[in-house]
Amino acid sequence: MGLITGLQSVSLVEVEEGTRVMAPNIIITSFDKLINWGRRSSLWPMTFGLACCAIEMMATYASHNDLDRMGIIPRGSPRQSDFMFIAGTVTKKMSEIVRRVYDQMPEPRYVISVGSCANSGGIFNTYSTVQGCDTFLPVDVYIPGCPPRPEAFIEGIIRLQEKIKHEEFRWSRWR
Amino acid sequence: MEHSEPIVEKPFETKELTVSMGPQHPATHGVLRLVLNLDGENVVKCTPYVGYLHRGVEKLGENRTYLAALPLSDRLDYISSMNNNVGYVNAVEKLFGIEAPERAKYIRTMVAEMGRLSSHIIWLGTHVIDIGATTPFLLAMAQRERILDLFEMLCGARLTVSYPRVGGVRNDISQEFLDTLYEFVLEFPHRIDDYETLVTENRIWKDRTMGVGVISAKEAVNWGLTGGMLRGSGIDYDVRKYVPYDAYDKVDFMVPVGRDPGDCYDRYKVRVEEMRQANRIIKQCVEDLPAGPVMADAPKFTLPPKDLVLKDMEHLIHQFVLITKGPSVAEGEVYVGTEVPKGELGFYFVSDGTGKPYRMRVRAPSYVHASVLPRLSEGGYVADVIANIGTIDIVLGECDR
Repeated sequence: MGLITGLQSVSLVEVEEGTRVMAPNIIITSFDKLINWGRRSSLWPMTFGLACCAIEMMATYASHNDLDRMGIIPRGSPRQSDFMFIAGTVTKKMSEIVRRVYDQMPEPRYVISVGSCANSGGIFNTYSTVQGCDTFLPVDVYIPGCPPRPEAFIEGIIRLQEKIKHEEFRWSRWR
Repeated sequence: MEHSEPIVEKPFETKELTVSMGPQHPATHGVLRLVLNLDGENVVKCTPYVGYLHRGVEKLGENRTYLAALPLSDRLDYISSMNNNVGYVNAVEKLFGIEAPERAKYIRTMVAEMGRLSSHIIWLGTHVIDIGATTPFLLAMAQRERILDLFEMLCGARLTVSYPRVGGVRNDISQEFLDTLYEFVLEFPHRIDDYETLVTENRIWKDRTMGVGVISAKEAVNWGLTGGMLRGSGIDYDVRKYVPYDAYDKVDFMVPVGRDPGDCYDRYKVRVEEMRQANRIIKQCVEDLPAGPVMADAPKFTLPPKDLVLKDMEHLIHQFVLITKGPSVAEGEVYVGTEVPKGELGFYFVSDGTGKPYRMRVRAPSYVHASVLPRLSEGGYVADVIANIGTIDIVLGECDR
């Protein structure tokens, strides 16, 4: 970049792979890295509890595990949120509402499927239950368990952050 | 124009507005859907729609043996799965005609009251957070985490425990568990004091709950309310006290009642007092825990010990038959109601002589309580609907089954 020509003697500090900090206020990076950094550092989930897993989700949000420290604050509206936990059994009656909520979320949007029921139907192999929410939604991360522990929730979010970190051209209209 | 009747002067015309609240709404505790007809801020009509979490639990229960359907009861009222397990095993034991040993009864009573505490903590936290206070929620959830840790020590699971078994409990409890539990029980009343300091005399809380969702004792009985909803209206009825099961006839506890007619605040007071009583019951169970076996000696109905199954051909065959065919039961029907945190949970079995129930019916308190929501909400403000949903303490897994 032309900006730093002639300043090559100044030592560069690499704060992250591909991102180097030079003088106090100059950061050299790429758009992808900058945007992905911003995106993964404050993921706002959609508050949406379906069944049992939602109780463990609440426990993860609450005092003991405290998702706030990861920049995660639950939002009540799909229009303000970045990703959605499908936490619990998705019935056929509920599936269209889940899909509608997903459609209302702005891009980029992510989905974490939580628990056996949302992943595959689990023990509820019945006439009324959808056998896995990936039958009608694009799912990014699956968290196993019935219900998953709060630690598993945190692991799932970290996996999603990893995924966002390696995205390319998601910010572009022509991707 | 002729005016034959007096006209009420109205500066403008108003129109009724229909709002669909839920199933995706942070205050509906899951997937309850209410269709509200609003005239300004007033609720003219409130219609609950249930079934968004209908998973076919009753039908699944008919296709499994009595012993294998136990994990389904965990997922009914998933906040207090221990209480559902206790209700289920009590019903099946009555059908089988067997009885759990004394030690197992005490352990069940103890863990059921722990489940009640964890459920009431969630009720308090979500009810209060809906009204607008976040701090009690965070304080309460920290204590709930201690109960879940104890459950984990007991059986390995935090939420869906499946710890009680038909004829007793799965494994004996350790001394470490008892010590940690006793420490918790001695400290927990002070934590309830903390919540009460924040909530009970809070001006906003009183304004939002007093005189809201008023229902008289007579009406409460006619609507079929149970649990805290019924006792909040001043009726002294508790299954644990009047049809005792497990070790409830051996422990000393009080049934808190509100006044007639009861509002949200009365029900709040009743449930907080219930938490104190549950704490008392756990303390007594830990102190008076008798020694002895934890599984009934009924080889026709209970699984043989696992170490013998792995060693011995006869026990292996025994286990195989019980798992695949199920225990052979006499024809008949049985209903057992137990007191879960939400109200009276009843299991009704019709047996046709095979190892699987012909019909398994669950009498879910949440379903009955959802039906009373229009009665509580109509005529009030739209903000009171939120308070009413909180006070009926609904869990949709149990309501829709």
